[in-house]
Amino acid sequence: MERVGLMLCTGCEIGKNLDLKALGDLADEAGAVTTVSHAALCGPEGLAAVRSAMKDENLDGVVIAACSSRAKIEEFRLDGKIAVERVSLREMVAWSHPGNDEDTQMLAEDLVRMGLARAKVVKSADVLDEEIDSSVLVVGGGLAGLSAANTAAGCGREVILVEKETDLGGYLAKVRNIPPQEPPYDAPQVNPVPGLVEQLREHARVQLLTSSKVVSIKGQPGQFDVELETPEGARSLRVGAVIQATGARPYDTDRLEALGGRLDNVISSHELDGMLAAGALERPSDGAAPRRVLFVQCAGSRDPEHLAYCSSDCCLSSLNQVAAIHQLSPDVETTVIYRDMRTPGQTEHFYLAVQDHPTTFLARGEVETVASDGNGALSVRVKNSLLGEDVELAADLVVLAVGMVPESADGEGIRILTDATRKLETGDSDKQREDARKQIEEYARFEGTEILNLDYRQGPDLPVLGSSFPDSHFICFPYETQRTGIYTAGTVRAPMLPARALEDGQGAAFKALQCTAALARGETVHPRSGDTSVPEFSLQRCTQCKRCTEECPFGTLNEDEKGTPQLNALRCRHCGICMGSCPERIVNFAEYSVGGVAAMVKAIEVPEEEDEKPRILALLCENDALPALDAAAERGKKWNPWVRIIPVRCLGACNVIWIADALSGGIDGVIMIGCKSGDDYQCHYIRGSELAAYRLENVQETLDRLVLESERIKVVELAHDEWDRIPAVLDEFAETIEEIGANPYKGF
Amino acid sequence: MNETKSLPVLVIGAGIAGVSVAVESAEAGREVVLVESEPVIGGRVIRSYHYFPKMCPPTCGMELNTRRLERNPRVQLLTGTTVTAATKANGSWKVTLRREPAYVNDRCTACAKCSEVCPAEVSDSMNLGMQEVPAIRLPYPNAWPHRFVLDRMACPDGCKACVDACEYDAIDLQAQPTEEEHEVSAVVIATGWHPYPLEKLEELGGGRFPDVIANVNMERLASPWGPTGGKILRPSNGEPPQRVAFVQCAGSRDVNHLAYCSDICCLASLKQALYVKEQLPEAEVTIYYIDRRTPGRNEALLTRMTGTEGVRLVKGKVGKVEQGTGGDLMLKLEDVERGTLEEAHADLVVLATGMVPNVGEDLPFSVKVDQDGFALDDLPGGLTVAGVARRPQDVVSSVRDATGAAARAWMAGEGVR
Repeated sequence: MERVGLMLCTGCEIGKNLDLKALGDLADEAGAVTTVSHAALCGPEGLAAVRSAMKDENLDGVVIAACSSRAKIEEFRLDGKIAVERVSLREMVAWSHPGNDEDTQMLAEDLVRMGLARAKVVKSADVLDEEIDSSVLVVGGGLAGLSAANTAAGCGREVILVEKETDLGGYLAKVRNIPPQEPPYDAPQVNPVPGLVEQLREHARVQLLTSSKVVSIKGQPGQFDVELETPEGARSLRVGAVIQATGARPYDTDRLEALGGRLDNVISSHELDGMLAAGALERPSDGAAPRRVLFVQCAGSRDPEHLAYCSSDCCLSSLNQVAAIHQLSPDVETTVIYRDMRTPGQTEHFYLAVQDHPTTFLARGEVETVASDGNGALSVRVKNSLLGEDVELAADLVVLAVGMVPESADGEGIRILTDATRKLETGDSDKQREDARKQIEEYARFEGTEILNLDYRQGPDLPVLGSSFPDSHFICFPYETQRTGIYTAGTVRAPMLPARALEDGQGAAFKALQCTAALARGETVHPRSGDTSVPEFSLQRCTQCKRCTEECPFGTLNEDEKGTPQLNALRCRHCGICMGSCPERIVNFAEYSVGGVAAMVKAIEVPEEEDEKPRILALLCENDALPALDAAAERGKKWNPWVRIIPVRCLGACNVIWIADALSGGIDGVIMIGCKSGDDYQCHYIRGSELAAYRLENVQETLDRLVLESERIKVVELAHDEWDRIPAVLDEFAETIEEIGANPYKGF
Repeated sequence: MNETKSLPVLVIGAGIAGVSVAVESAEAGREVVLVESEPVIGGRVIRSYHYFPKMCPPTCGMELNTRRLERNPRVQLLTGTTVTAATKANGSWKVTLRREPAYVNDRCTACAKCSEVCPAEVSDSMNLGMQEVPAIRLPYPNAWPHRFVLDRMACPDGCKACVDACEYDAIDLQAQPTEEEHEVSAVVIATGWHPYPLEKLEELGGGRFPDVIANVNMERLASPWGPTGGKILRPSNGEPPQRVAFVQCAGSRDVNHLAYCSDICCLASLKQALYVKEQLPEAEVTIYYIDRRTPGRNEALLTRMTGTEGVRLVKGKVGKVEQGTGGDLMLKLEDVERGTLEEAHADLVVLATGMVPNVGEDLPFSVKVDQDGFALDDLPGGLTVAGVARRPQDVVSSVRDATGAAARAWMAGEGVR
């Protein structure tokens, strides 16, 4: 910005603890056009003073040197058009360091210099103004997909639903009843699928395409170009968002040999559904009506050998089938052997109702084996039951309550296979081709598993987490995937009951329409929802290293033939990981740039070695580490005054040049504090801390070359509520730096 | 379609469900009025230490939701506000909101000077009454809205120490409640839940022994801003417990109390068993359960805890908790697997109490409820329900439900202007 003003707040101990005059003088040094100081900058009078300076001096940027960027947000948004840079003199200085102290004052002065330096570099950005299509493509016509279509259409969207089978309804197509979800929750409920299908067939905004599939999806949210294969031939259309509701398939009973999975009279719960729908309960071996039906729960679920998770609907589904059997043939004895009866919430009423039936026996136990006598009669060995240590139960028909396996495709797995296949053809050396061959073998199971067929560099389908569920933040933000504008619904997202799948479709549809609404306003979606500035790539300096295209958590970037990134701005979530990845520093946002932070780093005054005042740069994730440090300050915690804090969007959004700049400029150490990584990661951008750690490994080589100690740089993972720990993290790092001694590059 | 033309959606309750409905709706383009009776957002989740099964702090997701809330111009957040009247007429709702007196106003900088001089102490509702705090204070670290709150009733006669200490003219002891009218297109009930009262579980020692606590209290003991600064200690003597017993279905799945399963208690206890083991590795933890209900991927936490040394899961129904002889507690239980009646001892007993919906008297208009008191949708009437007011459910289900509720409210309110 050209005309920057410095706004100094003297309230909240700032004025009492610091030499304000000296801080004000920094504005002149930095070429700021004016300085305003006020005892309560955030109050109406203070804000009036800021506004009048903005007007009188025709400012295009202000540096608010007051409280944390997380405090008084609305007040300091000002008119929303001017660039606002926040400097936290309160939390980061006045509240956390002794007053009227040389080190504290130096800290304050550095922070103000840093804020002024960044304000000069920050630019204003244009808001994207793209033609946004608001229609929704739903892939999968089971309950979740139908519900999503119904909701999106109900909210005014055009919907096209694609189902690969000839009938809609998925596994519920031929089911009469589902477990209860409405009061009084004690009896099966009518399957909502047929009614929903009928309703959608009448709906003017909905097209239902059966026996059809997605051939390809190109482009970006708001502008997805879709190719479909339908019985009438190929079809092309444009949609704004996609909902993947491809459901789950039953776990294969053939893999449950000990439980009799391959025996004639041992059937899966889905096969029983078919019989019940047809109204005829028969033993497959001889067509006779069974007298004793035994259900084996957790068949393949809650078992590390098969599915580690609980499939969530099998207990209720079995109770539902028991109720159906009672209705069909009241004399049949039904036994359910379960490990834990999982009828959560109000479905407990249904459990009690089924339990009351005179020919029903529900017992806890673990089924070890199911064997046949050769004439169709079955014997079921149960251990750890209330019936005794080891018992044998006789049955005519055994039903395996099998779990569900999500019908997801592992986009990353498919991509590795595709890349390896290409490498095999084009590899430069025998070694490369041999590696490719090994990879192809390892990833062979992904062959032909594509569902969405996305034209994305990072693979044709959604990335999956553990157990193949394609989500990314399954507690706080359950609908988020790693691809913008593509949401999942129903059992592909998580194991769930039919009634929940119906609700899940509603939510996913809402996320889809929300996405296109946000894009039409020029805004991105979660987690930086509302943000409008997109990264700019100066491609003439691109070296085609592909780091950005590989590291983007949201698959934003495609590549051309040579490997040059192609930005799909509407896929972007503005996290800045591409900016962090780029060795040529060609990726920047108008208000968050490599140059902006580098200017802050350079603005730090580095005292001479003999002053014995080391300097430490701390890059803090604004989502977790910064709030933790703010809370620490608020609770009166103190930390080392050598530390200079720069909040960043994500540790992954840190360019290593900042570290190189800092160290070559004489700064003694760099600490990066981000969110927890691993299977239970807390990073909103999936792998921020991991990426930072991995990039630092490369910096280590530079350190070695410069003969600098590797302990001078460090990545720490920390959670939002660890405010009692973060001051110690900074102090310990400062101690380490003191022990190592001064950076020999000081003064160069 | 034109989103802005429809009247706003009113969301009642700013816990995880209400906040989610509000941000999801507003980001989709609808105006939202979000009211919360407490002075801060966050409801029950903010009073939890960690979420299962990831063991991550609720404040992390809430931080992001707060950012989404405050930067969205379409959300009007009104804390300290209750709905006192609501009538449906000509398609829209006319609602009257009562706003508690703003004794501390927007000028507050959260500098804490007032708290330092406040002579009065009150029971800390954020910490479920487990400690006393100054009558004027910040409810919790990183609280939103980020300003102090005053329990005016606790002020000694004539005291204006806080007013004198405040440099920002942010405190007005004479502030009066105000009322405002809003016209809205749809109403979302997201009023959440309260724990089943401990005192009603007298046979399990509830309300009789200080070392018999509820699961919600355990969350506060583990929290860094809890009454013990995050240390799990016996309330009776402040010592760390050697033996901790969790009694599942305390008041749930019981026709004398709550007939339904409260959905979260098994996982809450497994999570709390982990709190104990992480802090007190030597402690012996026993969980007495009827069924271990850890659906979906939550199974991983059950697997983890079953494999943790010093943690036992016993299928058994605790019938009675009595004072033991050595200052500890004695549990009388039926070990269902062995078919025996047993006695067990513990230093701390955690009752896994269930969830009771905040529906009924808390609302100024009549809402249809089911036999357990959970509120039911009335979509033609422009009303939907989200979160635990709708059914017992955990956080992830509440958020999912809230997103669906945003869709239902959108459709119910579409074109209502």
